[in-house]
Amino acid sequence: MFIINCPYCGERDQTEFSCGGEAHIERPKQPTELSDDQWAEYLFMRKNIKGVQFERWNHAHGCRKWFNMVRDTSNDKIQAVYKMGEKPPVK
Amino acid sequence: MKNKYSIFSLIKNALSGHENWQRAWRDPEPKKEYDAIIIGGGGHGLATSYYLAKKHKLTNIAVVEKGWIGGGNTGRNTTIIRSNYLWDASAGLYDHALKIWEGLSQELNYNVMFSKRGVMNLAHNLQDVRDLKRRTHANRLNGIDAVWLNTEEVKKFCPIINTSPDIRYPVLGGTLQKRAGTARHDAVAWGYARGADAMGVDIIQNCEVNGIRRNGDQVEGIETTKGFIKSKKIGVVAAGHSSVLANMAGIRLPLESKPLQALVSEPVKPIIDTVVMSNAVHAYVSQSDKGELVIGAGTDSYVSYTQKGSHNIVEETLRAILELYPIFSRMKMLRQWGGIVDICPDASPIISKTQIKGLYFNCGWGTGGFKATPGSGDLFAHTIANDEPHKLNAAFNLNRFVSGDLVDEHGAAAVAH
Repeated sequence: MFIINCPYCGERDQTEFSCGGEAHIERPKQPTELSDDQWAEYLFMRKNIKGVQFERWNHAHGCRKWFNMVRDTSNDKIQAVYKMGEKPPVK
Repeated sequence: MKNKYSIFSLIKNALSGHENWQRAWRDPEPKKEYDAIIIGGGGHGLATSYYLAKKHKLTNIAVVEKGWIGGGNTGRNTTIIRSNYLWDASAGLYDHALKIWEGLSQELNYNVMFSKRGVMNLAHNLQDVRDLKRRTHANRLNGIDAVWLNTEEVKKFCPIINTSPDIRYPVLGGTLQKRAGTARHDAVAWGYARGADAMGVDIIQNCEVNGIRRNGDQVEGIETTKGFIKSKKIGVVAAGHSSVLANMAGIRLPLESKPLQALVSEPVKPIIDTVVMSNAVHAYVSQSDKGELVIGAGTDSYVSYTQKGSHNIVEETLRAILELYPIFSRMKMLRQWGGIVDICPDASPIISKTQIKGLYFNCGWGTGGFKATPGSGDLFAHTIANDEPHKLNAAFNLNRFVSGDLVDEHGAAAVAH
């Protein structure tokens, strides 16, 4: 449980947000050309890092906008928040 | 077994003031090389080593544990054991475990306090009723005991439940598995550790794995805080930290690790003599032999390794508990904790070989691994010893995420995962 600084609304309680999982997983540009292994990689395989991880979050009970977050999963500390489409801050 | 526990050993040691009990397992330094290494000294890992030694005669093996045995999720779960899963593959897997539970105390010469107090699952809406009736039929077709109870029968079986029709989520009925129940969780880890140690298995505690060394596609050993240990077979049973170990070996798993919470109340006199679970409102409760109510809450919705969990999750569970059991309204909660569970996209476990030769994973048990401990150990030992899965865990391979042949127990399991 923590406070999230929504890039559109400012600081709000985490319970207002929902987590969309690992960020920067690009949707395949040509889905018809993917092998089963590549589909499995895209759909299911995750880094699930203990440490600094890039994630997508949605302010579900607020502005309902999606954004990205850099968070340390070993202590839940948020290191950065940035908008969709922006380049992730270099760690 | 060298020091068999019995009524006579109890009397003998009582007469000498209980000062001469021998330690239940050794505390060895790691050897340079083993025939197989199990990473993770929880119930599943220790059970795996026990069956590797007992059934497959592999005794030159070690279990390495970064903390102390049974100090992870084995000691953090709510100790519920049941096998009323919907799909055939899951029913086979969990009932295999339940059958081993039934004779486990005798086999290990260690009282795991398996208590067949029954597990009841409540239905709160029409869809619940349909789903649970369907599951009852599926269970019976698979030879697993299950009965449907109407509201009056639920009330009769557990009188403290509020079955009034005007509550927010009224009780419309439920299922009951009478062979299901609870067991003492640390006794399971200790019993398996003692049994494995007696057959020569080295249990190495306070030994954290920092790397998995491989030569091409063959595994070679592990880097640990106690040095490099060589082995051509490595079985990883690390629950919430499975992905961390997979990353060391350079592979990815379809897992997300999240905190799952549980809490216990102050101890009271016997008030609930069964386990009651409710999927729709996510509340489940039983009473420990010490008298504490043991309550299971849900998982957080984001990846975290903090072993804490959010306050709002506990609040939601307690709200549901209070509506279903108004008698608990003035009880105080004593302790709350979290364990990191590794959740698969289909809420079913992985007991499988990997693309790396000699590297095996037993993971993805998510929120419901404790009940499977003996079966999981048995089947994982079979998979490691033969380099082939047993027919009961063949469906739980890693390749199902490529083939699409998932074992989807998400909505189908008896409680929300």
